[in-house]
Amino acid sequence: MSLSYAELFRALLPEAALTIGALAVLTADLTVGRRQDLSARYRTAVSIGLLSVLAAAYGTLAAGNTGEAFGGVLILDMLTLGTRLGVLVLAGLTLALLPGVSRIRHPAEYVAVVLFASCGFTLMGASNQLLVAFLAIELASLSLYILAGLDKSSPASAEAGLKYYLVGGMSAAFLLFGFSLLYGLTGSLELPQIAFQLSLQGMTALLMIALTMILVAFGFKAAAAPFHLWAPDVYEGAPPASAALIASASKLAGFVIFLRLLWPGLGFSAGRVTDLPVIVGWLPVVALLVLASLLVGNLGALAQSNVRRLLGYSAIAHAGSLLLGMIGAGHSGPGPVFYYAATYGLATVGAFGVVALVDRAGRCQQLTDLAGLRTRSPLLAGTLAVFVLSLAGFPPLAGFFGKFAVYASVLKVGGVGGPAGWLTLAAIALSAVALYYYLIILKQALVAPAKESAREVIPVPLPATLSLLAAASLILVFGLFPSTILRIFG
Amino acid sequence: MNSLPLLSLLVFTPWLGALVLALLPRLGGGPARTLALLFSLSTLALGAVALGSFDPAAPGLQFVEKRAWIAALGVSYHLGLDGLNLVLVLLTGLVAPAALFGTIGSVTRPALYGALFLVLQGAALGVFLFLDFFPWFVCWELSLVPAFFLLKLWGGPGAARAAYQFVIYTIGGSAFMLLGFAALYAAAGTFDFVQLAALAREGALAGKLAALGGVWPQVIFYGVLLGLAVKVPLWPFHTWLPPAYAEAPTGASMFLTGVMSKMGVYGFLRILWPLFPADLQTAAPWLLWLALGGVVLGAYAALRQTDLKRMVAYSSVNHLSYCLLALFAVSSCGSELARDASVAALSGTILQMFNHGLSAAALFYCVGILESRSGGRRGLGDFGGVRTAAPVFAGFCGIAMFSSLGLPGLNGFVGEFLIFRGVFGLQPVLAAVATLGLLATALFLLTFWQRVFHGPAAGAGVGFRDLGAGETATLLPLLVLMFVLGLMPQLLIRLFNPLVASWAAHLSP
Amino acid sequence: MNALPWTIYVSFAGALLALAAGQRSASAARVVGLLTALTGLGLALGAAADFTPAAGLQTLVNAPWIPELGVRYHLAADGISLTLVVLTGLAATAGVLFSWNIGERTGEFFALYFALIGGVYGVFLSADAFAFFVFYEIAIVPKYFLIANWGSTNREYGAMKLVLYSFAGSALVLAGLLWAHGAAGGDSFALADLAAAAPNFTRFEQLGMFALLFTGFAVLAGMFPFHTWAPTGHVAAPTAASMLLAGVVMKLGAYGCLRVAMVTFPAGLAYFAPVIAWLAIIGILYAGFVALVQDDFKFVIGYSSVSHMGFVLLGLAAANATAVAGAVLQMFSHGVIAGLLFAVVGRMVYERTHTRKMDDLRALPLHRLLPFAAVVFVLAGLASMGLPGFSGFPAELTILIGTWKTSPLWALVAASGVLVAAAFTLRAIQVSFFGQNETAKDAPDHHYEPITWPEKAGAVLLLAATVYVGLNPDALLRWITPALESPLLRAALNGGAP
Repeated sequence: MSLSYAELFRALLPEAALTIGALAVLTADLTVGRRQDLSARYRTAVSIGLLSVLAAAYGTLAAGNTGEAFGGVLILDMLTLGTRLGVLVLAGLTLALLPGVSRIRHPAEYVAVVLFASCGFTLMGASNQLLVAFLAIELASLSLYILAGLDKSSPASAEAGLKYYLVGGMSAAFLLFGFSLLYGLTGSLELPQIAFQLSLQGMTALLMIALTMILVAFGFKAAAAPFHLWAPDVYEGAPPASAALIASASKLAGFVIFLRLLWPGLGFSAGRVTDLPVIVGWLPVVALLVLASLLVGNLGALAQSNVRRLLGYSAIAHAGSLLLGMIGAGHSGPGPVFYYAATYGLATVGAFGVVALVDRAGRCQQLTDLAGLRTRSPLLAGTLAVFVLSLAGFPPLAGFFGKFAVYASVLKVGGVGGPAGWLTLAAIALSAVALYYYLIILKQALVAPAKESAREVIPVPLPATLSLLAAASLILVFGLFPSTILRIFG
Repeated sequence: MNSLPLLSLLVFTPWLGALVLALLPRLGGGPARTLALLFSLSTLALGAVALGSFDPAAPGLQFVEKRAWIAALGVSYHLGLDGLNLVLVLLTGLVAPAALFGTIGSVTRPALYGALFLVLQGAALGVFLFLDFFPWFVCWELSLVPAFFLLKLWGGPGAARAAYQFVIYTIGGSAFMLLGFAALYAAAGTFDFVQLAALAREGALAGKLAALGGVWPQVIFYGVLLGLAVKVPLWPFHTWLPPAYAEAPTGASMFLTGVMSKMGVYGFLRILWPLFPADLQTAAPWLLWLALGGVVLGAYAALRQTDLKRMVAYSSVNHLSYCLLALFAVSSCGSELARDASVAALSGTILQMFNHGLSAAALFYCVGILESRSGGRRGLGDFGGVRTAAPVFAGFCGIAMFSSLGLPGLNGFVGEFLIFRGVFGLQPVLAAVATLGLLATALFLLTFWQRVFHGPAAGAGVGFRDLGAGETATLLPLLVLMFVLGLMPQLLIRLFNPLVASWAAHLSP
Repeated sequence: MNALPWTIYVSFAGALLALAAGQRSASAARVVGLLTALTGLGLALGAAADFTPAAGLQTLVNAPWIPELGVRYHLAADGISLTLVVLTGLAATAGVLFSWNIGERTGEFFALYFALIGGVYGVFLSADAFAFFVFYEIAIVPKYFLIANWGSTNREYGAMKLVLYSFAGSALVLAGLLWAHGAAGGDSFALADLAAAAPNFTRFEQLGMFALLFTGFAVLAGMFPFHTWAPTGHVAAPTAASMLLAGVVMKLGAYGCLRVAMVTFPAGLAYFAPVIAWLAIIGILYAGFVALVQDDFKFVIGYSSVSHMGFVLLGLAAANATAVAGAVLQMFSHGVIAGLLFAVVGRMVYERTHTRKMDDLRALPLHRLLPFAAVVFVLAGLASMGLPGFSGFPAELTILIGTWKTSPLWALVAASGVLVAAAFTLRAIQVSFFGQNETAKDAPDHHYEPITWPEKAGAVLLLAATVYVGLNPDALLRWITPALESPLLRAALNGGAP
């Protein structure tokens, strides 16, 4: 139980870098930025932001893989390392998309909030204690609410921000209530202690309520059905760059923290859903969430004509698959879920990046706004193809392997003898349905001719180009050599 | 002669000619015709060479060529000559050049016509000479292709439908023959006719097939039977024949009736009977009635035709059914006592194949002449008194008709006589009914003679030009042979007599 | 032999090069395309030249890939793979030749084309289930874009239907593979390991996994009643894509049925064989009858592909060495013949006359206007009918022999399929090319551009292949038959008994 502040600082180097970076951005804008025009201010803000992200990455590596830190409040293992790096990469890609993309007239505030959000995500990756976890989740969530509503020129953005805030706030309440019940049951805030205590107690009604609360909150955060109602509206209304961050990094960090919480934290109360008969615990609840998300997400997406809403529904479907991975994570470890979430994040950042760039040149709400992208910008069309195909799960892209690893991990446990196996089969079947709506996007972008009203070439600034190419390349590399990520988890 | 692959040369030389003609499609009419004719005559030449070295008394096959071909299926490249197919080779060597020579002068695109004709000729020779099912079937099916195109491209107005029907019927039958042989291979492990016949003689083949159980051995038999029956044709599978023969251009009709129809009968003699004697014996009773139907109904149908070409077509059905009648009669009686009758019937069958080839080809040619002289008409009532305007033509046509009728002194008589003698000894009732066919044949041929050649000159008979040099040259060899073989049939019979005798000797009691 | 994996790499490299070359000029892209295809074909034939037939797969590459899941990059080939690789090489080359006239976005066309080919080569050479599946899926996406961008009738609908069906099929396969992998302990994806572990699964597992795998692959092979994507998709596709789709991609499905489903789960095969056989027979006859009444020329060929694949599936269902050898031979034969048929209909006829309706073609004396096309189509049609002398005949004969050994009734019904095939093919030939015979009045004077040299070269290549194999089927059978004696295949063909 050493409470060395030096150790704390070392462990929280990334967060420190990000916070300092955020403050630096704000300062720079208030001083130097007074005299600059909008695009210069963007450039300054983004540069500082990227620098701080790099510093945070360095800090992550420096923090190392030392295990519990600061009295068990934080944990620094390979999963933390991976999560932090992943989140930082996604944040960096999002930042690189910003210059010249966003209509938002507050670049510094935007970047600062992004950095704060990233700070929350990285902290989520390292938390090993309920309060720290809650703090981190809230820091990230509040930042994201702001990001969603930051485009003051768009009423849709304000609506998105408000909805997100209300729903998120409610889910925070659920979460806190669940956490307090856990504390009440076990008398401890640290996850290992909680695990130990629960193993002694077994399943009780109160524990069940606590689990339900936590899962509800989790469902809200992850945009899993039936807690998904905010997602399509937020994805549609928020500025595309914000949506990119919301969809990618928050999923990654969120799943990691809940992974840590549920396995091994609440592992003993998991129950069983991979074989019959089903044992009551939180796994059956997760299974229901999986089923609902897969159905709502895939079937809902089929009906969409707005590309952003479509991506929103697809996010719900992917949340379902990720939750499915949670079921298998007890046996196979965090590798498959992490891989899936990280690569899903890359693909989503990329997809929303393309949407953002097209939106800047005109409008990008309906699917038909993407028509003729091939002629308007081959770069955007090509990278969009990579991102969408990765979301659809086509080899050799990373999205395929993510799904594959997740399904394999679930089927390895019980085969098709139990609900988990059947869910996997359903997921596989629904992925065929999903292909339809992903191909619709690509049909517009790569096959349909450009509309008369929107013919000109779309300019893509250099940082955005680099960002998109980097995302696409990473998706391809990770897809061909998944071991680069999986190796981290042994 | 052992070093020279005579039989391969026989089969491939016409194909070589076809290839040459195909590669020179713009070849002018004259050179094309000459080339085609030369390659077609090669059969006659090589056939004569074979005839010279053929020893009828030697048992088994001569000029055998056998090489392994497809190891995975046990297929061999196997050719052999005996009395039966020598006769057919000689027939092809006579009819094919005659058909070609007589018609190639008057068709458009002679190079293509000649090429198709040569392919057809080679395929027919292949059917007669190959002794392994795989190459035999290649030739069997291959023969349909040039026949189809000859019909389609140079045929009459109804040629499209006739050609389609012809091909589909034949392929339909041969699909089941294919299945039968596939099953035979599965049971016996070989496609070779000689080996299969040997197995059948020992009784081993029947044993292997019986191992299949149930109705399947019969299915195999009927499959092979169907394929052959459509080709001959056996009544009631004959409906493709009259339209096909009638719509085909003259040269094709000559070849179809002269040679191609013999492929079916040959198949019965070479394949069906040696391999399935017991099944054939069991089925013989009703097969006999089918053959009889062909004999009688074919002749009566001919009687009722007004289209001369259809008349001759139906008469072909009638004549070929005699062959089958004889064969079925022989197989229905397995006893030693019927040995002489069997020899007679079988000799008659082979003779009839040859003789009918000659006479039917000649008749079609004559009808072709009538048609071309009259500007496309060939109805019974379109002519009259041709004898006065064209006495030579009338004489030649008359000879052909009487040969077909079976007048003693002409070749047709000997074959029919032997068949009747044999069938009377084996199935007297049926033979008696078959004479009705003879009667009807006489009736329609005489009607033809009387309406077209006799009486006052009428219709197209007015100013009918007599035979030209080319036409005479086409018909003359055939007619000479009709006389020669009518008076000295032993010239042919000696070729296959020992073979027939050995067949009869093997009839199981 | 070890050069075989290069067929995959060369194809993908060629795809990228073609894309780049297409930025310069269409003819540069074509040249790159032709060179890539020829290299692939050359590699395949080269491997064939020094191939020693042996029982079992000969490993080409076996490197660790994803140790966490037990996946290895394992490529291997036996006589069956080799046959199909040679087929792919031929079809790819012919396809490039018949696409010589594509002038719009040529580079992208060939890029997608070779991405598809690369995936196909990969499937035929994979010995690890993961690699197999990855290549199988890689082949799916290019199909969509090839059809949607360069296709004809109803192309977007046809493309979507084709791709969704293919993906649905591969979803079933994925389910089966993952289930098997999990049940086998989850440490290896090698096909051999899965096959070794399979006898220890419960009977329900074996049957269920077989059903998923076989059905998934059979969708792509065009088995009734999952075949409806094939005619629509093939008609919508541009010529080269149709050639590949019918010629090679459908064989991916059949190959998967054999290599993955049948070999891994012989018990499943033994149980389901009658069902498969009857569905195959229905496919042969039903598709044949439908082809008989089609008005669009290309649909006739599309349905004829379904009918011919029915023979392949029947051979597989009969599950003895002869029948399966015949099935593989038929895969090769039909691949070449379908390529020829689509080439004539799509490239030679449609792109000149701009109609595929039989009624319109009937009015044109095409045999005089396009004599080369007429001859090629007649020959291709004869080959498709199973006329002896062409590769279809030994294939169908072998399948009939093998099927008879398992069930004479199946063989009997299938033989009537031969007749139906003859009928619809002959009708197609007759109506479209010989609608008017020599003596008919002249149709309106049409002048069509002459058949170009790439078309002639492609046609000659394919015709030569089918005639060569038709007269000398040993050329392929001597590779195929030893391959069927490997322990795995022998076990599969004996219903699980070693």
